[in-house]
Amino acid sequence: MEPRSRSFYILSAFFGLFVLFLYGPTLTIGILSFQGEGGGLTFPMRGVSMYWFYDLFEQQAVGDIWGSFRRSIVLGLMVMVTTVVVSVIGGLAFRKKFLGSGILFYLIITALVIPSILVSLGVGLLFSQSGLNVHWSTSGFGAQLTWTLPFGLLIMFAVFNRFDKSYEEAARDLGASPWQTIRYVVLPIIAPSLIGVALFGFTLSYDEFARTLLTAGSYNTLPLEIYGMTTNVTSPVLYALGTLTTLFSLLIIGGVLTLALLSNRRKARAGSDAGRAV
Amino acid sequence: MKKLLENRNLSGWLMVSPLAVVLLVFLLMPIILIVIVSFWRATEFSIIPAFEFDNYEFLFGSSVTYKVFYNTFKYALITWAFTLVIGFTVAYYLAFHIRSLTWQVALFLVCTIPFLTSNIIRMISWIPFLGRNGIANTTLMSWGVIDEPLEWLLFSDFSVILAFVHLYTLFMVVPIFNTMMRIDKSLIEAARDAGANGAQILWNVIIPLTKPGIMIGTIFVVTLVMGDFITVRFMSGSQSANVGRLISNDIALLQYPSASATAIVLLASVLITIGILLRFVDIRKEL
Repeated sequence: MEPRSRSFYILSAFFGLFVLFLYGPTLTIGILSFQGEGGGLTFPMRGVSMYWFYDLFEQQAVGDIWGSFRRSIVLGLMVMVTTVVVSVIGGLAFRKKFLGSGILFYLIITALVIPSILVSLGVGLLFSQSGLNVHWSTSGFGAQLTWTLPFGLLIMFAVFNRFDKSYEEAARDLGASPWQTIRYVVLPIIAPSLIGVALFGFTLSYDEFARTLLTAGSYNTLPLEIYGMTTNVTSPVLYALGTLTTLFSLLIIGGVLTLALLSNRRKARAGSDAGRAV
Repeated sequence: MKKLLENRNLSGWLMVSPLAVVLLVFLLMPIILIVIVSFWRATEFSIIPAFEFDNYEFLFGSSVTYKVFYNTFKYALITWAFTLVIGFTVAYYLAFHIRSLTWQVALFLVCTIPFLTSNIIRMISWIPFLGRNGIANTTLMSWGVIDEPLEWLLFSDFSVILAFVHLYTLFMVVPIFNTMMRIDKSLIEAARDAGANGAQILWNVIIPLTKPGIMIGTIFVVTLVMGDFITVRFMSGSQSANVGRLISNDIALLQYPSASATAIVLLASVLITIGILLRFVDIRKEL
């Protein structure tokens, strides 16, 4: 191996600063959420306590935090499952050109680049003008899908661009039906990427704010609840909530990564070469 | 039945039908409705179907409009420049200076994880840093760099752009890293054998080959910043405005027709920007 150049050390320092920039603020509010009872939104810490966490669990005057948390999780799971299923089928379909596939592709790109407030405004108007009530599980669900589906599809496009078609040809030569090919050959190979799509689907939905703003109706999701708090709560209870939701996100991410790691190990142990080509 | 399924167009549409339905109902129809409503008239309590250009006339006749559009493009341009430089450097480091795949993946994940946490929380978390008595000010004062707290750290254009860079640099890192990983390493060896130094390799080999990734990242960052309304509101302390905020203010006042007109003009400017950018790259090939 050639020795490390000087630029390596400069770039390492740059990367270190970038990571600090990414994580520093979050860590700071993590620390400040343990602020003492008389403390404020910035340092110095006036003692260390769990006061603001207790506050979060007791005080219901600021709104329905736990209800919104529950709704956000249910909505996140709904979006996650839909995103995975629709993206896989869509990704499979887009491997062949069909009439209008170009138009649909541009629609997907539009969904990705359209300012989020337009989706919120448009879906809100659509429901109110057709006499329907906006609700997080209908209009909110659909509005979030316009953001998570294009993401899932882009990942699937990337996956299928790297997919070795000779696996499928081999399956076909051995007499597998199209469905068997997909079920026993394609799906197991792309399974690790599906975990990624699922993670994206859930977290993008769980944190989505702009698209649910006008489409959630009278029951808030968690980001909306937090947004409401920023305008009228000026105590570290905000940080306590931020710390808890961030911890929850990290827990989900950690769980998914462990899952991916374990399945990789199992695959390596089983000695199968499935997925190596991905 | 079998014959029908063998028809490529039909089976293709059958498979994308759930996707098409979602995009039709929650994307296309809402956009069309916004276009329609932008010609409607608003009273204090309701909106009335009409076909008049008053909303657009008012929009283009007001000096505020030009100011917020100028702001929007300004934020997009400055954020783009910063995210590009930072994102490119980080991706370059990960792709060419980290030698084992395990470490590449691990460090890449380190960069990705914050993206999966709440944007609002990440914005809030700048308050203890930038506030009047925040960490930045107290540190600078204890070092003797400044005598009194800097007022422009929080609730200013500075903090808005800082938050944008903080939130969106990842959208540059991921596509650029993706394209860099696909560069054939023998090209770089060939350049070195031919006598190119590090800077020449970077400028003449790596950057040209990374252009598609840069374009995709650019599209993401530019559209996210142009369409934003919450970061600007929150980080500027409601002191400056972009188009998104103009729209959300109208919505808050139930002025849907004028919000719609502004939204259409915003959408048009975003799509034109993207159209220009897409001339330089074929997205589907580059994923």
